[in-house]
Amino acid sequence: MPIEILMPALSPTMTEGTLAKWLKQEGDSVSSGDVIAEIETDKATMEVEAVDEGILGRILVAEGTEAVAVNTAIAMLLADGEDASALDAAPAAGSGNGAAPAAPQPAAQQAKAPPVASAPPPAVSAPSTAEEDKFFERTQRVTVREALRDAMAEEMRRDPTVFLMGEEVAEYQGAYKVSQGLLDEFGPQRVIDTPITEHGFAGLGVGAAFGGLRPIVEFMTFNFAMQAIDHLINSAAKTLYMSGGQMGCPIVFRGPNGAASRVAAQHSQDYASWYGHIPGLKVVAPWSAADAKGLMKSAIRDPNPVIFLENEILYGHSFDVPEDPEFIVPVGRAKIVRPGSDVTITALSIMVGKALDAAETLAAEGIEAEVIDLRSVRPLDVETVVASVQKTNRLVSAEEGWAFAGIGSELAALMMEHAFDHLDAPVMRVCAADVPMPYAANLEQLALPQAQNIVDAAKAACYRT
Amino acid sequence: MARAKSRGDKETVAEQPEASKEQLLEYYRSMLLIRRFEEKAGQLYGMGLIGGFCHLYIGQEAVVVGMQAAQQPGDTVITGYRDHGHMLACGMEARGVMAELTGRRGGYSKGKGGSMHMFSREKKFFGGHGIVGAQVPLGSGLAFAHKYSKDGGVCICYMGDGAVNQGQVYESFNMAALWDLPVVYVIENNKYGMGTSVERASANPDLHERGTAYGIPGTKVDGMKVQEVRQAGEAAIARARAGEGPSILEMMTYRYRGHSMSDPAKYRTKEEVSGVRQTQDPIEGLKAILLEGGMTTEDDLKDVDRDIRSIVNDAAEFAQQSPEPDVSELWTDVLVDA
Repeated sequence: MPIEILMPALSPTMTEGTLAKWLKQEGDSVSSGDVIAEIETDKATMEVEAVDEGILGRILVAEGTEAVAVNTAIAMLLADGEDASALDAAPAAGSGNGAAPAAPQPAAQQAKAPPVASAPPPAVSAPSTAEEDKFFERTQRVTVREALRDAMAEEMRRDPTVFLMGEEVAEYQGAYKVSQGLLDEFGPQRVIDTPITEHGFAGLGVGAAFGGLRPIVEFMTFNFAMQAIDHLINSAAKTLYMSGGQMGCPIVFRGPNGAASRVAAQHSQDYASWYGHIPGLKVVAPWSAADAKGLMKSAIRDPNPVIFLENEILYGHSFDVPEDPEFIVPVGRAKIVRPGSDVTITALSIMVGKALDAAETLAAEGIEAEVIDLRSVRPLDVETVVASVQKTNRLVSAEEGWAFAGIGSELAALMMEHAFDHLDAPVMRVCAADVPMPYAANLEQLALPQAQNIVDAAKAACYRT
Repeated sequence: MARAKSRGDKETVAEQPEASKEQLLEYYRSMLLIRRFEEKAGQLYGMGLIGGFCHLYIGQEAVVVGMQAAQQPGDTVITGYRDHGHMLACGMEARGVMAELTGRRGGYSKGKGGSMHMFSREKKFFGGHGIVGAQVPLGSGLAFAHKYSKDGGVCICYMGDGAVNQGQVYESFNMAALWDLPVVYVIENNKYGMGTSVERASANPDLHERGTAYGIPGTKVDGMKVQEVRQAGEAAIARARAGEGPSILEMMTYRYRGHSMSDPAKYRTKEEVSGVRQTQDPIEGLKAILLEGGMTTEDDLKDVDRDIRSIVNDAAEFAQQSPEPDVSELWTDVLVDA
């Protein structure tokens, strides 16, 4: 049977074009790959190549014809041994585009889930942290720095595919001494100093994770991860989905995030909301040493890419940390670090300490604040926050990043979706000033959110002056 | 880490035994499969059955087929977005690749990746990456994993002439040379990064010299001749497997089609394209060797062609019959359950 040659589309948006020129004439023999015609659109001129072999039996659309619809039959090709009489017998000859297989239309049934489907339904009860609490019967005072190191060491002992790489992690013992002692214990095969090459070693780490290893990639600070962010998002976060579930990427990207002290604009940014935006990532930002340890162990064991946001100022702070090496903190669960009834304050990382300070001040004025350490940004423990707001009817969000599209903005939206009828005041956001971080001590102090800002926001939410 | 290696350019390839008749016929068949598959993909694109971006490999077939012939089981492959040929050469099924192009559930990524994002752990094919140059650190990481786990594997990491001006390529070269990673960087130089010729994009258009600063040997190879590709590939892979570190192979090749389907091709003449096609075509070249050497007959090759056509037609049929993904797939594969 003769083969129809159809008007091709040059792009998914092309619906018609001009058949500019025939380069083969009726009776010419054609092999696959031969250019047989040229077509034009407003954007381009393209050659039409034959896919099949045969004799060009009949041209159905003359050259110079404009507005030829995509998938219209433009010519008939006779296969080996066929003669022209076959052309008239062919049912679809010259019948326009009716015989062309239709391109798939968007599924009539749209995915049922609405845009907010990623948000869980309103909670009636918050998940308990009792599982964690029982480990606190035997604790020791440990700094955040040591807790992170201990977690990595324990997981490296447990799983030989875990390794640490980054700038100065090995011989220098870590730019902030987080990896102190790891080179001695695990050797240079597993504790690897990299050149200063963030884009390169982030991508190399992702490739190693695709190859079956469990890398921990340290950024000296997350400011430098902007050089590498393409691999964190396009390679690490998206490949599982793009591969239909084949290509998991078990990797931890960790390092200090947010402002340190007097290091100015390029070294003082909080990336929690940047990474929190990305499906395919998990994002954590602990405050206490116990959570740093428990979450680091979870992150290393997690089959997904985890962004682990530490804080330089917190590295030297000491906390009670469970002695039991089985202690672990699940990603995605917040923790109420101070119960209260009048206003809920959510915070992350270093802001948790400021929120607790603010709660003390508020208590002196008769306001009992409930302070929630979010601990994880993605997934966000919406249930715990909603349950708290159902009790206090007020929410103040404290974060070190800028307000625009920040964690507080997300929480404000979530409260409207899940706790609207419980709110007695607008959700308040305590954030960094909307400026690059200044160097001068007094300006830096003003740019960063302080405990007093949280106190003021909480009082405003309680309609107190 | 101990670092003893030869430095500088490598101009000659160690003599390898000639390929057997059976091997040559297999290369012919593999190249023809890629050619016919891509022609069919172009046709389905023209019919609106394939959407978005679609970068065809027509003209470059000898590169992947020659490299594949040089590899051992366990070696890994990674490339950029012009990846259909690499997948077929790795032994991935034509049906699954074509059905991914049409965005159907029978595709390698269940219809969620498309032309540039397909993978097969079984066949050691690690994508399929859409960000130009991103596959180079990723491939270096696969090589790192080979070395770390001492599995004896080598990563074959492809990139185009356009990718070689990305900074991350040199970050990777540096680490691969520093750590003697078992990786072969294959630069497929088809002369144009989209519409910009190598001469208009690269201060030094001799791309095999791009590793000189890192002591990575580079070889320029006629990428239109499958046997030359295989020989160069074997030498570079052997070097990597022996722990001597990375190599660069610059494959001089040509794509007959546009950068993508909507490429008007104003940057080169028709004569240039048809000239390469008539004088250097990798498939016609091997066909001539097979016929002149008396290793096969026109009739036998017609049988091969018929066979390939039936595979490709079957793949196209499958790719049209396979249903679109279930709408529930929208929400799956975002995270692995912890």
